This record gives sequence, C-alpha cells and structure tokens, in this order.
Amino acid sequence: MADLPLDSAPTLPAAGGAREYVRIENVTKRFGDVTAVDDVSLSVMKGEIFCLLGGSGCGKTTLLRMLAGFETPTSGRILIDGQDMAGTPPYERPVNMMFQSYALFPHMTVEKNVAFGLEQERLARPEIERRVGEMLEIVRLGEFARRKPHQLSGGQRQRVALARALVKRPKLLLLDEPLGALDRKLREHTQFELLGLQQQLGVTFIVVTHDQEEAMTLATRIGVMDRGGIVQVGRPSEVYEFPQSRFVADFIGSVNLFEGRLVEDEPDHVRIRCAELAHLVHVDHGISSAPDATVWVAIRPEKIELSRERPAGDQNIERGVVRDVAYLGDASVYLVQLDGGRSVRVRLPNVERHASDRVARDEAVWIRWHPSSPVVLTQ
Amino acid sequence: MTSRGWFRNGALALGLVFLYVPILSMMVFSFNHSRLVTVWDAANSPTLKWYGELFASEQLLGAAWLSVRIAAMAATGAVVLGTLAGLVLARFGAFRGRALLSGLATAPLVMPEVITGLSLLLLFVALEQLTGWPEGRGVLTITIAHVTFALAYVTVVVQSRLAGFDDSLEEAALDLGARPATVFLRITLPLILPAVASGWLLAFTLSWDDVVISQFVAGPGASTLPMVVFSKVRLGVSPDVNALATLVVLAVATGVLGATAWSRRRERRLAREQRAARGGGR
Repeated sequence: MADLPLDSAPTLPAAGGAREYVRIENVTKRFGDVTAVDDVSLSVMKGEIFCLLGGSGCGKTTLLRMLAGFETPTSGRILIDGQDMAGTPPYERPVNMMFQSYALFPHMTVEKNVAFGLEQERLARPEIERRVGEMLEIVRLGEFARRKPHQLSGGQRQRVALARALVKRPKLLLLDEPLGALDRKLREHTQFELLGLQQQLGVTFIVVTHDQEEAMTLATRIGVMDRGGIVQVGRPSEVYEFPQSRFVADFIGSVNLFEGRLVEDEPDHVRIRCAELAHLVHVDHGISSAPDATVWVAIRPEKIELSRERPAGDQNIERGVVRDVAYLGDASVYLVQLDGGRSVRVRLPNVERHASDRVARDEAVWIRWHPSSPVVLTQ
Repeated sequence: MTSRGWFRNGALALGLVFLYVPILSMMVFSFNHSRLVTVWDAANSPTLKWYGELFASEQLLGAAWLSVRIAAMAATGAVVLGTLAGLVLARFGAFRGRALLSGLATAPLVMPEVITGLSLLLLFVALEQLTGWPEGRGVLTITIAHVTFALAYVTVVVQSRLAGFDDSLEEAALDLGARPATVFLRITLPLILPAVASGWLLAFTLSWDDVVISQFVAGPGASTLPMVVFSKVRLGVSPDVNALATLVVLAVATGVLGATAWSRRRERRLAREQRAARGGGR
C-alpha cells in the first residue's frame, strides 16, 4: 500500500508521488431547511481508497451523490482531475458508481448488464465482447454470463455491480456501502478481493460506509463525518489511536471517557483529576490546552490491564468489582464497576483455553493502564 | 363443512348468478329461432339463424370494424400520451403546475361522460369555425375524444407502476453513460411494459365500450358498434344483436384471460428480478 499523507490538508504536494485527483472545495448541500452537507473541503489522492465514515444522516451519501452528479451542490466546487464538475451531467463524468442496492438491470443478463456502459461509448461489438469477457473473468463470473440477476447469490450480484462499474475503466469509482448486503463471512472475503482489484486496476476509490470495520480494512484514509461535516481525516490507525474529539473516539471502536481537570501541565506529562476516578490520571505526553480547562480522558478497553492483586505504583490504578463478563470467543469484555460507581469496559484476549483462571463475575479486581494509553481530548 | 364454508359458498354462488345469468340468458336466446326475444321456440331451436343474419348485415359488420379501428388508434394514442404524463408526474418531482397537470390528467375519471362529450363537441365545432379543422365530425373526432378520456386511465396505471420502481436503476444507467432518452428506452420502458400493455388494453376496452361520448362527437356515416346496437335496440330488440353480443363476450373473455395470464406471469418474473436486483432476495 502506498504511503499516503497523513495531513488533513493534503493540497500540498504529497510525499511518495501521490497526486490530488478529487478536490472538494467548501461544498454545501441544502434540501429545503435541512443542511445535508455543511461546508466540506476534502482532497483525495490518485490511487487512494478513501472512506467516508459516519452514521446514517451524516451526509456521506449526499456527498457521494454530488460526486456522481445526481445532486448539485448548493455552494462550493467539486473538481475531478482538475476539472470543475459544475454543470457536467452524470453521463459525462469520468466517474462510476456502485450502488448500495447494486441496481442491476433486472431484465438483462449479467453479460448485458456489464456491456451496457460500453455500448453507451459506441465501441465496436467485438471490442465490447472482449472487455466484458475480460472483466467477468477478473470478478470470476465467466460461467454466469448468461444468467439474470435474480439467479445469482448476493455475493455474485455484488461482483456483477463491481464489474459493470469497472468495465468502463473509470479513474474514480464511488462505492456506496459496498459490503452492506453481504453476510459476515462473505464480507471478509470480498473486502480483500476489492483491495486486490483496486491495486490491480489502479483506480481511485471513494467508499461510503457506516461500518467502521469495513472502513478500517479497506481505507488508506478515513474521513469521519458527523452532521454534514467532516470531523477528522486520517489513516485508520491515526483515527483510532489519535481521535481529535469525543465523537470520533466514541464512534470508532469502543472507549471509556472520563471528564476531568488538568492539575499539572508540563511539556512532557500531565496529570488530570477526574471526579469518577480515585487516583490522578498520569499521561506521559504534554497537551495543548488552556490551564484549568475541562478535558476528557479517553482510554480504549483493550489498553487496560486487569488483575486480582494491586499493581505497584499509585497512578493510573483503580479498584472495582467485575459486574459482567461478555465472552466473545477471541476476547472477553469485562464490565468493571469502580469504587466511585462508574463502570469501565476492559477487553482482554482469551489467551488460555480454560476458563478456570479467568476473572469471573463479582470478583474484586484492580485495573491499570500505561501512561501512554490515555488520549486527552479538549472537545 | 362449517357454517362459514356454507356462507362463503352461498355468497360466491349468488355473486356469480348476479353477474353471469343476464349474459348467459342473452347467449342462450341468441340460438332461439323465434323473432320474439322473450319466447323460446322449442321446436326449431337451437339454431344459428341469427348468426347467419348477423354476418349478412353490412351495417353491423361495418360498425364493428370501425369500432375496432377507432379503439386501436385511441388506445395507442392514449398509451403514448398517458405514459408520458405518468412519467412526468412520477419522476419530475415538484415542478410548477404539477398539481394542475395531475388534476387535469385524471379529471375524465370523475367527469360525467355527458359533460366530457358535450365540451368536446363544442370544442370541435369552435375549432372548425376558427381554423377549418377538423372537417366535420367523424372517425377523427371520435378517436380524439376517446384518447382524451382513456388517457386518464393509462396515466394512473403507469404512474402507480413507476411509484414502485427502484430509482437507482435509472441512476445507474445515467452513471454508466446513457443519456436520458436511452435510459428511458432501454431501462424504464422495458420495466414498465406490463403497465403500458394493460393500459393499452384498458384504453381499447373503454373506447370499444363507449356510447355517450361517441354520440356527441360522431358525424353521419361514422357510427361505432355500440351506437348502432343502441339505435337498433330502441326499435325493439332484434335477435341478431344477441348473436353479436355473444360473439363479443366470447372475444372479450378470451382476450381478458389471455392478457391476465400473460401479465401475471411477467409481473411475477419482474417482481422476482427486482427483488433480486435490490439485493434483498437472499
């Protein structure tokens, strides 16, 4: 995977030869009184898989539809490969879209579905047949060419939709919840297929999804959306480990949040007093915040240790009782109620096979985390 | 059998009797030898005498042929205009004048036929005085009048079909580079074809059936079959009308059964395909 810029303002010449391909400038879209997309600016590099991640109604699909040309921005500009797309209808854009519903033409065979786009380019019959054949081989549907969509399984239909969009050799492919309709096993499999195809064909992908797992595995970068705006852009690991707001920390993965106040603010560490915690939270990096401001400490469940004996030291340690254990197979999530009353989620991998050694419900335990684990958030 | 079963069967029998006894009695009397429609001539019946007379009657056969021609033309015209109107109403969102168009397109559904007929007659007369067209009343004016009211039915049928239609199919076609006209011809039209076909059949039947509006806008020498039958019956029912009606009923029954079977099969297939294409049919 190419190393792409982490910067959320990647209009600067990027490292590694990446070139800006799509540029969204201050785009706003209103439907009556409702602002679906609110002043979004974004750059997507050539060859990138960019995921727009957000809950339903956050504006991600509207943004995608504006790229495809089905909606017109109320204000702002969209540039694809340097060309302003204002006034360019969907059928003249160098963009193809894979619909959430797949939108396969029910009255046409797989072959005809895939050929439809090429027929619009008025290519010669033999050329169309050759390219359709090739594309069906790539998505491994050669033997299903003469079937109708209703004779295919969900996964096969998804691949027809993909083939139909890719056969046009678009520079940019828009995917709306590409794996949404597939069951779990098939999703995992298809995810890797999609990645393989993307690299093989060198197409830029913009994927819309509400599923953070899908975004994490597919994306080179993720843009987290909330209420019509982009709240953070970054690589999957950045967005997960360095969320910039409580919304992002909470939306991506699971997190324990504690409200507190800075009591010691040094360039190389800070201490935070949280009302719900018995001890100070010690963080081994400085933060930029006004002194005495309210901050939030975010700690991921998998970054907390659990033990029956009190660990050494007197910071980042809390005492509590296990109230519930959720066994997930590969890991277990423990709900620990602290002495102050607050519950904390702790996730531990199930390293040993036998349950006898594991901490059980109603046991008194200690939790502890490393000073580098907490993320301190100011918004 | 339970009492509910008896009730159900009784209701069914009553319904069938109510609907079909008049038609059946007419069919039976078409084989009667007697000229008096109400007297069964047991000695010489059944006979095909009146069918013979029917096929010798230039007037009835000519009117029947004219009616078929008018119905076919009117149905075709109504389908073209009605499909366009249905498409505009279902697809073009809230444009200026949409409510007006919707109201006008469906007005003939509720307008008394006498009013429709009279207003069309006044329009044709005024038009002829102003522009010289249409020249007198006849086949052309009857066809136009039939298009006017059949259009409403086609519009409703097509519009409701489009309402249950997945928009993203059209968007996908646009996205793949098809211009709007191509999208209509290759995606929308094939998928609404059952509605268009049943709209055509409906329009054909309505036109074939119409007396009131035709009376207003017909001219000398252009009498449709229902008009001829109507005027014949006014002079006393003659048994060749029974024979004619029997043939019409048989033709219509065959047509309706065939069309129902065809559209049901196609409908079922399309529903399956659409469900599948939406990705939910696992």
